[in-house]
Amino acid sequence: MAEEVVLFGTWGSPFSRRVELALKLKGVEYKYIEEDLTNKSPLLLKYNPIHKKIPVLVHNGKPIVESQVILEYIDETWQGYPLLPKDPYERAIARFWAKFIDDKCLPVIFKALWGDEKEHEKAVEEASELLMFIEEELKEKRFFGGESIGMVDIIANIIAFWQGIFEEASGVELLTKEKFPKLINWSHEFVSNSVVKECLPPRDKLIAHLRKRFGSHNASK
Amino acid sequence: MADEVVLLDFWPSMFGMRVRIALAEKGIKYQYKEEDLRHKSELLLKMNPVHKQIPLLIHNGKPVCESLIIVQYIDEVWNHKSPLLPSDPYQRAHARFWADFVDRKVYGVGRKLWATKGEEQEAAKKEFLEIYKTLESELGEKPYFGGETFGFVDLSFVTFYSWFYVYENFGKFSMEAEFPQIVAWVKRCMQKESIANTLPDQKKIYEFVLKLKKIFGLE
Repeated sequence: MAEEVVLFGTWGSPFSRRVELALKLKGVEYKYIEEDLTNKSPLLLKYNPIHKKIPVLVHNGKPIVESQVILEYIDETWQGYPLLPKDPYERAIARFWAKFIDDKCLPVIFKALWGDEKEHEKAVEEASELLMFIEEELKEKRFFGGESIGMVDIIANIIAFWQGIFEEASGVELLTKEKFPKLINWSHEFVSNSVVKECLPPRDKLIAHLRKRFGSHNASK
Repeated sequence: MADEVVLLDFWPSMFGMRVRIALAEKGIKYQYKEEDLRHKSELLLKMNPVHKQIPLLIHNGKPVCESLIIVQYIDEVWNHKSPLLPSDPYQRAHARFWADFVDRKVYGVGRKLWATKGEEQEAAKKEFLEIYKTLESELGEKPYFGGETFGFVDLSFVTFYSWFYVYENFGKFSMEAEFPQIVAWVKRCMQKESIANTLPDQKKIYEFVLKLKKIFGLE
């Protein structure tokens, strides 16, 4: 039976783009379906009834949801380019940082960029502290995965590309070269990668979309 | 070299219990260190500087954090017996999804149920019942969430059983009446030695919560 791989996603979502990147790194052929989140398709609701979100990967008719779960599935199903290390301890460390980025960092970063005016300063401070952990984890490595892009790099795609755009759209400065030289360096390496480039949305389109959706912290800027 | 396994934990933690069960299932000898969460040890702060939380597994001096990550680590290192995750990638993805669901939804709503009052508590109760209804439906007629055998999702959720009396008491409902499949499943799980020997008594957890409410002025 011919293999069928379908990805439901949206052009601007970093979560959706993570899955695309993983599939491309593995050399997996897939069909992409752009979802309109204001008018979710019956297929999306059928494949992800619990969360009703993208991305959803459908492999030979069977759905897998949640980007981190999808990434591990892709790594276990298709050989070739490894997304996770082989050593169990290194794998545990990778999973730890992936979870830290998604569960801890992102909500705080969002709050710092688009949250309440009153809590703004505190959120910025907290976001900086959390980003500092990630900066320190990078150490002298080229990528979180070592010499090549791995799962943590893919999960951190938000920090590499979307973060800068978020900051421009919201008028809030968080990820500066002075404070986070390693992360800035890593971001450049990451977005310059030829495969990654295919999995990034157009910058201007994204900025316009975010400004419209979330407004700007300094609206008068 | 003999393996050195240390677990930093806190007895009422359902997350810590997951690790204790996993270690018992695999027959791993380890040193248990009880943490006082109001006076965290130097070891905990040094080994888990990011979250400063339990459970924390230290294997031959190297720390592993986050209960489900620890469980997967244990499964991969001690892979000679009692697999905790299925071997098929799709089943594994399914298991990870539901374990993640338990992590995201079950703890938070349970806490709100006993820590709040009035309207907030009513809202928490409504949310609690909805979340457990989803789990009841996912379990269906299966003996375990994992199918025929106890697995990763069962492990991630069964530890909340020790807190059921707390939820029933503060939520004013009966788990058995609302979720008969879940209660039947829990009783099935409790027949496993690793689980029966690990889960603290429900009344002890209830007393612990009463004390906690006093300390934090949540009465």
